[in-house]
Amino acid sequence: MPATTNTTMAAMPEPSHTDPALIRNFCIIAHIDHGKSTLADRMLQLTGVVDQRQMRAQYLDRMDIERERGITIKSQAVRLPWQVGDEKTAHVLNMIDTPGHVDFTYEVSRSLAACEGCVLLVDAAQGIEAQTLANLYLALENDLTIIPVLNKIDLPAAQPEKYAAELAHIIGCDPGDVLKVSAKTGDGVPELLDKVVELVPAPVGDPDGPARAMIFDSVYDAYRGVVTYVRVIDGSLSHRERIQMMSTGASHELLEIGVISPEPKPSQGLGVGEVGYLITGVKDVRQSRVGDTVTALKKGATEALGGYKDPKPMVFSGLYPIDGSDYPLLRDALDKLRLNDAALVYEPESSAALGFGYRVGFLGLLHLEIIRERLEREFNLDLIATAPNVVYRVVMEDRTERVVTNPSEFPEGKIDKVFEPMVRATVLAPSEFVGAIMELCQARRGDLKGMDYLSEDRVELRYSLPLAEIVFDFFDQLKSKTRGYASLDYETTGEQSADLVKVDILLQGERVDAFSAIVHKDHAYAYGVKMAGKLKELIPRQQFEVPIQAAVGARVIARETVRAMRKDVLAKCYGGDISRKRKLLEKQKEGKKRMKMVGRVEVPQDAFIAALSTDDSGGKDKGRK
Amino acid sequence: MPSALPDGEPVPDDGALPASALAGAAARPLGFYVHVPYCATRCGYCDFNTYTADELRGTGGIVADRAHYADTVIEEIRLARRVLGQDDGRPVETVFFGGGTPTLLPAADLGRVLGAVRDEFGLAAGAEVTTEANPDSVDARYLEELRAAGFTRMSFGMQSARQDVLRVLERTHTPGRPEAAVKEARAAGFAHINLDLIYGTPGETDDDWRASLEAALAAGPDHVSAYSLIVEEGTRLAARIRRGEIAGVDDDVHADRYLIAEELLSAAGLEWYEVSNWAAAGEATARCRHNELYWTGADWWGAGPGAHSHVGGVRWWNRKHPAAYAAAIAAGTSPGQGRELLLAEDRRVERILLELRLRDGVPVDVLTAAGRRAAEKAVADGLALGSALDEGRVALTLRGRLLADAVVRDLVD
Ligand SMILES: Nc1nc2c(ncn2[C@@H]2O[C@H](COP(=O)(O)OP(=O)(O)O)[C@@H](O)[C@H]2O)c(=O)[nH]1
Ligand SMILES: C[S@@+](CC[C@H](N)C(=O)[O-])C[C@H]1O[C@@H](n2cnc3c(N)ncnc32)[C@H](O)[C@@H]1O
Ligand code: SF4
Ligand SMILES: [Mg+2]
Repeated sequence: MPATTNTTMAAMPEPSHTDPALIRNFCIIAHIDHGKSTLADRMLQLTGVVDQRQMRAQYLDRMDIERERGITIKSQAVRLPWQVGDEKTAHVLNMIDTPGHVDFTYEVSRSLAACEGCVLLVDAAQGIEAQTLANLYLALENDLTIIPVLNKIDLPAAQPEKYAAELAHIIGCDPGDVLKVSAKTGDGVPELLDKVVELVPAPVGDPDGPARAMIFDSVYDAYRGVVTYVRVIDGSLSHRERIQMMSTGASHELLEIGVISPEPKPSQGLGVGEVGYLITGVKDVRQSRVGDTVTALKKGATEALGGYKDPKPMVFSGLYPIDGSDYPLLRDALDKLRLNDAALVYEPESSAALGFGYRVGFLGLLHLEIIRERLEREFNLDLIATAPNVVYRVVMEDRTERVVTNPSEFPEGKIDKVFEPMVRATVLAPSEFVGAIMELCQARRGDLKGMDYLSEDRVELRYSLPLAEIVFDFFDQLKSKTRGYASLDYETTGEQSADLVKVDILLQGERVDAFSAIVHKDHAYAYGVKMAGKLKELIPRQQFEVPIQAAVGARVIARETVRAMRKDVLAKCYGGDISRKRKLLEKQKEGKKRMKMVGRVEVPQDAFIAALSTDDSGGKDKGRK
Repeated sequence: MPSALPDGEPVPDDGALPASALAGAAARPLGFYVHVPYCATRCGYCDFNTYTADELRGTGGIVADRAHYADTVIEEIRLARRVLGQDDGRPVETVFFGGGTPTLLPAADLGRVLGAVRDEFGLAAGAEVTTEANPDSVDARYLEELRAAGFTRMSFGMQSARQDVLRVLERTHTPGRPEAAVKEARAAGFAHINLDLIYGTPGETDDDWRASLEAALAAGPDHVSAYSLIVEEGTRLAARIRRGEIAGVDDDVHADRYLIAEELLSAAGLEWYEVSNWAAAGEATARCRHNELYWTGADWWGAGPGAHSHVGGVRWWNRKHPAAYAAAIAAGTSPGQGRELLLAEDRRVERILLELRLRDGVPVDVLTAAGRRAAEKAVADGLALGSALDEGRVALTLRGRLLADAVVRDLVD
């Protein structure tokens, strides 16, 4: 561990009395596993805010699910004192931890907006990944000062020279400007902190103007209500003051205000350029939304800071409790999660096949999976999730319009046009996989927009793709076709009109709403054949023959048959062991309970789960990028 | 590999039964089952609780040697007397020796065990005394000895008349031997003879099956049990199918074979009285009365390793391994391993489960409202007889027999 520690430190400026000239607000942009949490740990130790004894790995990743999956969902802001050389007064570094996934682009953009600088952290054995690149572009758009850093230089597989050149090429700096650190050993981390002080501009704002603070995160806490993270742009906020949320006009009292270092420390207030938290007693993050501007109720600002957007769900899925009697539990669980997730939307829906559940809207696939996992783990619910779908805008011939979030509600009548959401996708991969990637994107109705060599053997491909084509199974395919080397990022761009049809699946002539899908006309046949084939394997034989059909409107495009079961009797000599027979019956009855009735057909729950999941991965692991 | 036993509560050391089990006993018939857990070799499909000499060879020689088996099991019959109490004056209606291969023991041993039942309980007039036998484990002399000892009925494991099928089943006897054994048994004075057959063996054809049925019928038994081959987990057969050495058999094939059995057996004057059992039509004594005790909730004491008993709503089962069983007996304690006290609902479910498989079916009185609706649906679906339902019983049609378990699942609601 380097000798630079904070124990001899002189004055640490107090929150609300901090000279903005001493403040540096920065974030770390990194791909998952490139070492952001480890680097943050080292910074906590070096700056002395966490002593050796309290230190635990991944200190800032609070939620269990985060630590287990190794991803950071919610950003954090930590105030760190840092003295460069023998300066009298320490600087204040506010490290803002950004979420690392495409689904949370908006949250990332707000975190970036709270900073003047950013550490671009790249694994020296891997090079930059697509998402990091996307976030880097976001940082550049926000005019942040970029400090390029290669991590894990202690690894034998590290190629610092190669990736320094790549980074220099991407951000247009000199390869010699790229810092090299090991977050694991701490090597180079003090120098990195010095660089942050040297290069990141101090915040500027109007200390005497009306208060304006931007919310960059909002977290529900069971004991304290919503904890809101803000960056003060102008003026100041103080304890007990009444504040106002500018998007809604709602006002609250500041019950507590303070900084995180790295545990919450209440203060008198927060001044220009400072980063900290507010507690007002509200119970729902919707009352304190990311991107919103906080001002004083009295003599408040009239103009909000720019950039506020309502989160917009892009991907929908029906969530149904396997045990129908769990429906109220599911509702309560969603209500609870919603307190902490302004992007989560849901409304009750019922499915003839799956019973009562909710149609839930998510920012993306990872968001979907995190929510589902939390529902199952934290609330002990067993769920069936229908295949994720996007939102369609359907224009009828009579010019009326419908927004379809559930494929089974796709209108039957005279349709003029169907619009589907589009994304701009960026794929980074070794150049040897270009062919495979192009093939995949083409099959998914992609349109190549550009291609660049980042270095001799690494390529960036830019595609325009229908979102619907990537929400299902795309990432798994991409990974398998590139031996895991490709990385993907996407952002939504707009919509296009396309030749889309609804494929229905019928069991014994009855439509199974849960299996309806909206697909491109050219893919309808393949989808129908695949689904019918899958179901034939999954549906057990019944006492009667069960035809399985895939249909577009009234036209049947695929058909399979589950033959009638002719024998269901144990015709063996079992002597006096009647208990065994009864136990067997009880087991069969249990199995029968796990069946859902579709008309007269008994369909096992597992069949729904298996039919709705992707071919090999069973739906797990998707969205881990 | 023998199959697993259920769990349950422990059996007291002295084997004592709750008073509720003994109440009203006089009105219930009493049977005896004697399990003989020995076979010369183990057939590849079999998961019964049976052991070859090799499997019982320990470091200090054979454990639970079959030479001492008769004495051990006689001890349990004496224990039965103590547990049921001297006040229980019921004579035994049926005795059934099953296995395993009971006839691997000397006929005299089987005779001594039967003698113990007679001594302790007495046999009812016209009692049915059966033993299972592998066709190649007996000869004329042996059968005469059994007859002389008081046995009245023989049940031979014929399985098939086809060499290829017998080979897949890993049977030790050759085609023709079962029929010869039937002849010898009849000559020895046995009036009641059963042949066990198995259908749906991998490789067996419809014609093989017909040939087996015809051969069996030609031997002139008054009873045939036809079982569909169950591939039991843990058996050699299951492993061979899993490894792809032999092909599994589709359920539809079993259904076809069952229909063939019904056709040929009934044409020969045997009439089904339980899903897997046929007996000479119109001859009341041709049915296996012992099995009927099982199916109608009577009392029976099962002696021997892993044997199951039922007395007045208490079911228990013995320690499974012959050595563990013998040790319990030697210690003067009950060999019971676990037991369960049936609740009224358990008994109701069991009645449906067992009686639906019988020709006369199950009375609708034992059904709930939902069960009665299911019964009507079964009639509408062609699985149960409308005429029987009109008389207050749910009785299966031929198609219903093949789907009996599915009907049971609906009826027990
Ligand atoms: N060898 C080595 N491993 C590192 C270094 N930094 C992080 N790691 C390891 O890389 C993995 C991912 O690190 P983590 O900090 O969780 O990455 P994050 O997903 O960006 O937060 C962990 O196993 C770390 O121990 C480093 O400098 N050197
Ligand atoms: C308890 S066994 C013993 C009879 C005697 N050891 C013999 O094999 O001849 C009684 C009958 O059960 C039948 N059986 C045994 N295992 C079976 C299986 N896996 N599937 C179907 N029937 C089976 C056979 O027909 C056998 O004759
Ligand atoms: S002879 Fe009978 S009991 Fe013995 S292994 Fe074969 S089928 Fe099973
Ligand atoms: Mg992390």
